[in-house]
Amino acid sequence: MKNLLEVRGLKITTLRGKTEVRLLDKVDLDIPKKCSFGIVGESGCGKSITANAIMNMLPYPLRVSEGTIRYDSKIGEKDILSLDKKALREIRGQEISMIFQEPMTSLDPIFTVEMQMYEALSFHHPSMGRQEMRERSLEMLHRVNIPRPEQTLMSYPHQLSGGQLQRIMIAIALINDPRLLLADEPTTALDVTIQAQILKLMNDLKEQNDTSIVMITHDLGVIAETCEEVAVFYAGQIVEQANVMELFHHTAHPYTLGLLQAVTSLGGEKRMLYTIPGIVPPGGQWSEGCRFADRCSRYTARCREAMPALTEVSPGHKCRCFLNSEEVEA
Amino acid sequence: MKGNRKPVINRALPGNESLLKQLWDDPMGRAGMIGVGLVILLAVFAPWIAHFDVGKMNSKARFAAPNATFWFGADNFGRDIFSRIVYGARVSIIVGVVAVSIAAGFGYLFGLIAGFFEGKAETVIMMVMDVIFAFPHILLALFIVAVLGKSIVNTMIAIGIVNIPVFTRTVRASVKTVKSTDYIANARSIGLKKMSILFKHVTPNILAPFTVQATLALSGAILTEASMSFLGLGIQPPDPSWGSMLSDARKFMEQAPWMAIFPAVFIIITILSFNILGDALRDVLDPKLKL
Amino acid sequence: MRDYIIRRLLGLIPILIGISLAIFIIMQLIPGDVVSGILGIEQTPELRAMWEKKLGLDKPLVEQYLTWIGKAVTGDFGESFRTGAPVFPEILSRFKISAELAIMGCVFAWIIALPLGIISALKRNSVIDRIVRVIALMGVSIPNFASATLVILFLAKGFNYHTPVKYVGLFENFGTNMEIMVIPALILGSVMAGSVMRMTRSSMLEVLRQDYIKAVRAKGASERVTIFRHALRNSSIPIITLIGMQIGSLMGGTVVIEQIFSIPGLGQFTLTGINQRDYPVVQGCVLFIAVLYVLVNLLVDILYTYIDPRITYN
Repeated sequence: MKNLLEVRGLKITTLRGKTEVRLLDKVDLDIPKKCSFGIVGESGCGKSITANAIMNMLPYPLRVSEGTIRYDSKIGEKDILSLDKKALREIRGQEISMIFQEPMTSLDPIFTVEMQMYEALSFHHPSMGRQEMRERSLEMLHRVNIPRPEQTLMSYPHQLSGGQLQRIMIAIALINDPRLLLADEPTTALDVTIQAQILKLMNDLKEQNDTSIVMITHDLGVIAETCEEVAVFYAGQIVEQANVMELFHHTAHPYTLGLLQAVTSLGGEKRMLYTIPGIVPPGGQWSEGCRFADRCSRYTARCREAMPALTEVSPGHKCRCFLNSEEVEA
Repeated sequence: MKGNRKPVINRALPGNESLLKQLWDDPMGRAGMIGVGLVILLAVFAPWIAHFDVGKMNSKARFAAPNATFWFGADNFGRDIFSRIVYGARVSIIVGVVAVSIAAGFGYLFGLIAGFFEGKAETVIMMVMDVIFAFPHILLALFIVAVLGKSIVNTMIAIGIVNIPVFTRTVRASVKTVKSTDYIANARSIGLKKMSILFKHVTPNILAPFTVQATLALSGAILTEASMSFLGLGIQPPDPSWGSMLSDARKFMEQAPWMAIFPAVFIIITILSFNILGDALRDVLDPKLKL
Repeated sequence: MRDYIIRRLLGLIPILIGISLAIFIIMQLIPGDVVSGILGIEQTPELRAMWEKKLGLDKPLVEQYLTWIGKAVTGDFGESFRTGAPVFPEILSRFKISAELAIMGCVFAWIIALPLGIISALKRNSVIDRIVRVIALMGVSIPNFASATLVILFLAKGFNYHTPVKYVGLFENFGTNMEIMVIPALILGSVMAGSVMRMTRSSMLEVLRQDYIKAVRAKGASERVTIFRHALRNSSIPIITLIGMQIGSLMGGTVVIEQIFSIPGLGQFTLTGINQRDYPVVQGCVLFIAVLYVLVNLLVDILYTYIDPRITYN
C-alpha cells in the first residue's frame, strides 16, 4: 500500500425514527505515511464521525453503510471495517490512537492517571511489569511536558487542569507508538495560550516520531500551524482538498474562502471578523444540487439543479464547485 | 407596564395544549393518559356507573361468583364488588387529590419562603423538612394516623404531611434558580415589591417542575392510602377502599378469589398508569433524559 | 477519612434531636389522653393519679421530653402497656428478623436487577431491552401487598401450597426459615428490583455516552473491561443513591409483608402496637426505625466517598 490509510466511498448513516439518514456521503481520503493531514469544516459536516469510523467505533445508531477503510498495519494490510473484535482491539490504541475534544471528560473520573496510563499499556502488552509500566508512563508524561510527573501519576482527573489533561491524553495516545493519531478538535475546549502550547507539542512529537496525524478542526488557523495536506468537509462531503500552501494561496471553493475569512488570528486573540451566514444543512435535509448553494454568495441556477463533482483544479488540488469545472457528480 | 410580561425561563411549561398533544402522540403517554383518565371517569361518574349501593348487604348473594348481575362477583356480605371498585376509585382519587393539595399548598408556601427570603426562615424550614424526610414514608403516615385516630380525614392529613418536603425542596430549588436570573434583578431595580415579584414572576416559572412533582406525588399518595387501608389504618368501613377490600378478601381467598383479584387488578392498573404517565411527562418536559 | 465520618456523625445530632422532638410532639396530639386509654372504663381518680405519676405525665412537658430522651439514649424505651415487658429488648430481637427479611429482599433485588439493567442498556431497543423495561415497570408499579396477595392466591389455587404460619428462627431450622422467608423477601425486593433495573439501565446508558468510555475503547479495551471496570463503576454512583432512597420504602414494605406473612418482625410489632394503642411500643419502634433509616443513609454517603474520588472529605 502506498498510503497509511485509504478510505474509499465511505458512507455513514444514522436512524432518525425508522428512516435511515445519510451523514457522510461517498468520502475518499488518502492519508500518506508520516504526514499530518487536516480535516476542516463547521460542526455537523461529518469530520468527527469520519474519525470514529476509522476506529470502527461509531456510536449506535450510526453505521457505515458503504465503503472501505484500508489500513497498512505493522503486520500487513487490513480492512478495518471487516476486522473482528479482537483484531480491532489490537489496532486501537496501538496502531491508531485518538484524542478528543474535551480533555476534562475524556479520562475516567474515578481512576487515577496512573491506572489509566497503565491500562493503555497492559491492553497491548499484558506481560509488562509494573515497574516497566511506571517508567514508560513517566517518560511519556515527561515528553508531553508535564511538570512533576510522579505526582501527576497519582492524581485523579478532577485535580488537574484542562491543558494538563489534554497532555495526558496525548501521552496515553502515543504510549504504544501508534502509526496514526486521530486528533478530534484537540484544542477547541482549551484556553488560547494552552491551545498554542498543545499544538506546538503535537508538532514536536510529530517530528520525533513517524506518526501520521489526522487533525480534525473547524479552525483553519490550527490547520495552518500543523498540517501539510487538508480536506475541507461540508455537509458530509469533501468540497476541497489540497496541499496546505496551495489551499491558502489558491483557494478554490467559496466555502473554504468563507472559513478563511472567519479564521482565528494566529497571534492568539480570537477575533470573529466574519461568519458565513446560515447553518450547515443537517443530514436528511440535503438538496439535490450543491449543498452549499443556500449559503453561497456566488451561486447560479445550475448550483440548485446539479451536484458539482470533485475535480482537479491543478495537480493535487481538488474542488467541488461549478466555478472551476462544469463536471457533474455521477 | 412592560416589565409585567411573564418571562419564559428555560424550564417553563410548554403550552398546555401542546403538552397534552405531545403526551398523546407518545404511545406510552397515551396509554398512561387513558389509564388515568379511566380511573378519574370512574371516580367522577361513580353514582351513574355503579348499579348497587356500596353498603347494601344481600345475604342471598354472599360469595356470588362474577355473573350478569354481579359483574365482579359479590363479597362475604353479598355486596357488589363492581360497585365497590367504582366507589373505591372515587375514594382513592379524593384522598390522593386532597392529600397532594395539602402537601403542594404547604410545600409551595414553605419553599417560596425558604427560597426567597433565605436566612433563618430557610434554616428552620429546611431543618423541619429534613426531619420529616428522615422517616420512612408509610411509617410516618401510620404513626400520625395511630395518634390522631383512624379516619378518612386523618388519612389525608397524614399522607399530606408526609409529602410536604418533596414539594418544599422542588419549589425552593426552582425559586433559587429563577431568583438568580437577571430578570428578577430587573424587576427589583424597577422597584417592584418583594411579594409582588414572588407571585407574579416566580410562580409561573416553577410550574413545570411543580406539575411533574404533583403527578408523581398523586400516584404515591394513592399507593400509600391503599397500603394503609390494607393494613386497616386507612379508610374505615363502610367506605369502600381498594386496599381494605383486598385485605378483607384474604380470609376468603379459597372460596372467592374474585374478591382479591379485582381490587388488586385495579390498584395495579392505576399505579401503572400513573407511572407510565409520569415517565412520559418527564420525557416531554425534559427530552434530554429520554434515552 | 476518619475525620469525615466523625464530622458526619456529629452532623446527625440535630437531625436526631429533630426526630425525637417530632415523635414527642406527635405523641402529645393523642386525642383524650393516654391514661384513659390504658384504664378504659375502670377509671378512678386514684388509679389515674397513680398511672400519671408512673408515666411522669404530672411533670412539665420539657421535663417529660428530657426524661424520655435521656432514657431512650441508654436503651430504655419504657414498658409495653399491654405486657409490661420492656420495649427495647423486644425491638432488638424483632429487628433481627426484619433485618434478615430486608437484607434478603435487597440481595434478591440486586441479583436480579443489576444484570438485567446492564443487559437492557447494552442491548438498547432490542427485544430483551423491551422485556426488561416492562418487567421493571411492573416491579415499581405493583404494590407489595397486591403482589403478595396474588402470589398467595396463586400458590394456594395452583399448587395447593400454603406458606408456613408459625415462624421459625434462622438458627433454629435453616430450611424452614428459608421456606418462610424466601417468598416474602422476593416480594419485598420486587419494588426495589424494578427501580434498580430502571436506574441501572438509564445510568449505564448515560455513562456509555460519556467521552471517557469512547476514550477507553480507543485505547483498545475489551468490552468486558469497558463495561465492568469503567461503565459499571461510574454508573454505580447514581445506583447507590437510589438504593439509599429505597431503604425507606423497603422498611415501609417490611411492615406490610410481615403482616401478610405473619413474620414477627419489627414492622408487625409496630403495627400491633398501633392497633392496640400501646404507645410506648409505637413510640419506641418509630424512633428506632427513623434512627436506623438515618444511619443507613449515612452509611450510603460514606460508601460514596469510596467509589467517587471527586467527593472530598472537607
